[in-house]
This record gives sequence, C-alpha cells and structure tokens, in this order.
Amino acid sequence: MKLLRAIVDEVLGMFIDDGALAAFSVVLIAIATAIALLLPIPALWSGLLLLIGCVVLLAWSVLRAVRR
Amino acid sequence: MTATILSTVTAAFLASFVEVVEAFTIVLAVGLTRGWRPAFLGTGLALLLLVALVLVFGPLLTLIPIHWVQFVVGTLLILFGLRWLRKAILRAVGVIGLHDEAKAFAMETEELQRHAADQRADFIAGLAAFKAVLLEGVEVIFIVVAVGATRGLTLYAGLGALAAFVAVLVIGLVVHRPLSRVPENALKFVVGLMLTSFGIFWTGEGLGAQWPGADLALIGIFAVMVVASAAILATARSLRIKEAAA
Repeated sequence: MKLLRAIVDEVLGMFIDDGALAAFSVVLIAIATAIALLLPIPALWSGLLLLIGCVVLLAWSVLRAVRR
Repeated sequence: MTATILSTVTAAFLASFVEVVEAFTIVLAVGLTRGWRPAFLGTGLALLLLVALVLVFGPLLTLIPIHWVQFVVGTLLILFGLRWLRKAILRAVGVIGLHDEAKAFAMETEELQRHAADQRADFIAGLAAFKAVLLEGVEVIFIVVAVGATRGLTLYAGLGALAAFVAVLVIGLVVHRPLSRVPENALKFVVGLMLTSFGIFWTGEGLGAQWPGADLALIGIFAVMVVASAAILATARSLRIKEAAA
C-alpha cells in the first residue's frame, strides 16, 4: 500500500510542484482550447498564446519564489 | 523529420539520464551496503514491472485519435517541462538547494546500515532498489511515451532512454561511486526547455494549429524558450542579489 502511495505521489509530483503554476498552466491551456474551438480565427493563435503564456507563467512563478 | 527524430532522441536521452542517475545512486548504496544480490533482484523485478506496464498500456495509445494524444501528451509535457524549468532556475540562483547524489547515497547507506541487524535486512535493501528503479522508471516511461508517441517515434525515444541507461551503467561501473559530478541542474534546465517546447508544439497541433515550417517550428519554439528562460534566470539572479544586499 505504501509503495502504491509512493507511486501515485511520484506520478503527481511529476507534474505538480508549485500548485499555482500547475493550476494556471491548466487555465492557460483551457483558454487556448476555448479560443481554438469558439473563435473564427486560425488555431495557430492558440499555439502562440500557449508559447507566450508559458513564458509569462514561468517568469511569474520563478520571481514569486525568489521574492518569498 | 530528421530534426524531429534528433530532438526526440536527445530529449529522451537527457531526461532519462537524470532519472537513471538518481536510481543508480540508490542501487549502488544497496549493492555496496548489503551486497549485489538484493540490489540486482530489486532492480530486475522493477524493470520487469516497468516492461509489463509498457506492454499493457502502450497498445492502448494506438486506440486513441492522434489529435487527442497530441493534446493530452502536450498538456502533460507543459506541466512537466515547466516544473523542471522552474526548479532548475530556482536551484541555479540558490533559492532551493542543488540535488546532491553524494548526500542521497550517504542517506540511503545510513538507512540501510540502521537495518543491518534486522532479519529482513536483505529484503529491505532489495525493496529500496526496487522502489528507486520503479519510481524513476515510471518517469522514464512517461518521457519516452510523451516525446515519442505523437509522431510514432516511441522506438527512437526508447533507444534514447536505453542509451542513457547504458551510459549511466558504464560510467557507474567505471567510477564505482555516486555520479555526483554529473551537472544535473544544467541537464534539468535543458530538458525542461525541450519538454516545454514539445508540450507547446503538440498541444498546439492537438488544437489544430498549423505551425509555420511544420516540425521545424519546434526549433523556433525552443529558441524562444531558451532566450526567455535565460532572461528569467538573469532577472531572478539580480533580484536575489538585491534582496540579499537589502
């Protein structure tokens, strides 16, 4: 049971370290998905949003941790 | 296509190298403290279980439409890559401590020595090796599947991971001590950049984006991530110096 718990923790830990970063990343992907599905613009804009969004989120998460 | 294969193999190799080094440290501690039988038994059983996992879950991926695979794998790669990138930058500026293989080795050895008089000492040692290989192996499998599955390059990604396994094994056999001189943080930084770039690319494709230059866009995304991450690292470093001086 302990081993199973350790595996689950390890798998979750692969994706979530700073909970806020993970949560906002999911929100970013959800927004990009909504834009691709709902707006009459090329899906490339969603891809570009992902690229810029990831950079912004990374900067925010790192600088927030440094200021703490 | 060559650029994609090359980036897939490189990402799988580097990411797996980091994970295998961590598992190797524990297996080495077990081998040197309790003998090689429990170390090899634990390692072998974990590898068998990992192979079984791949054989069971691997074929399921082929049943899912490719756009879904790209989107889900891309999303997971963004989460995984950003996490590694963040950690590598924070370690580089000294906000969190560097991962120390020598320290991990010493801690595991101490733990095993504490159980030396225990009747189940060999079982505990074998279990430690099993757990280390299994947990790090799960990450390796994810990386191989994630960087390989969306373009049918799982075999190439697997070869990259296998090369990392062999490289660590050979270096480990030669030096016979924890691989503490491996620049793990620099590797994590590069792998974080690569996996985040893959994640953005695949998620975009999953959403139907036609990237300019097709697969070559991956290089452009990677370049943007490199420049941006270097700028974030520099800003974080100067901010840390300012805060330390204040």
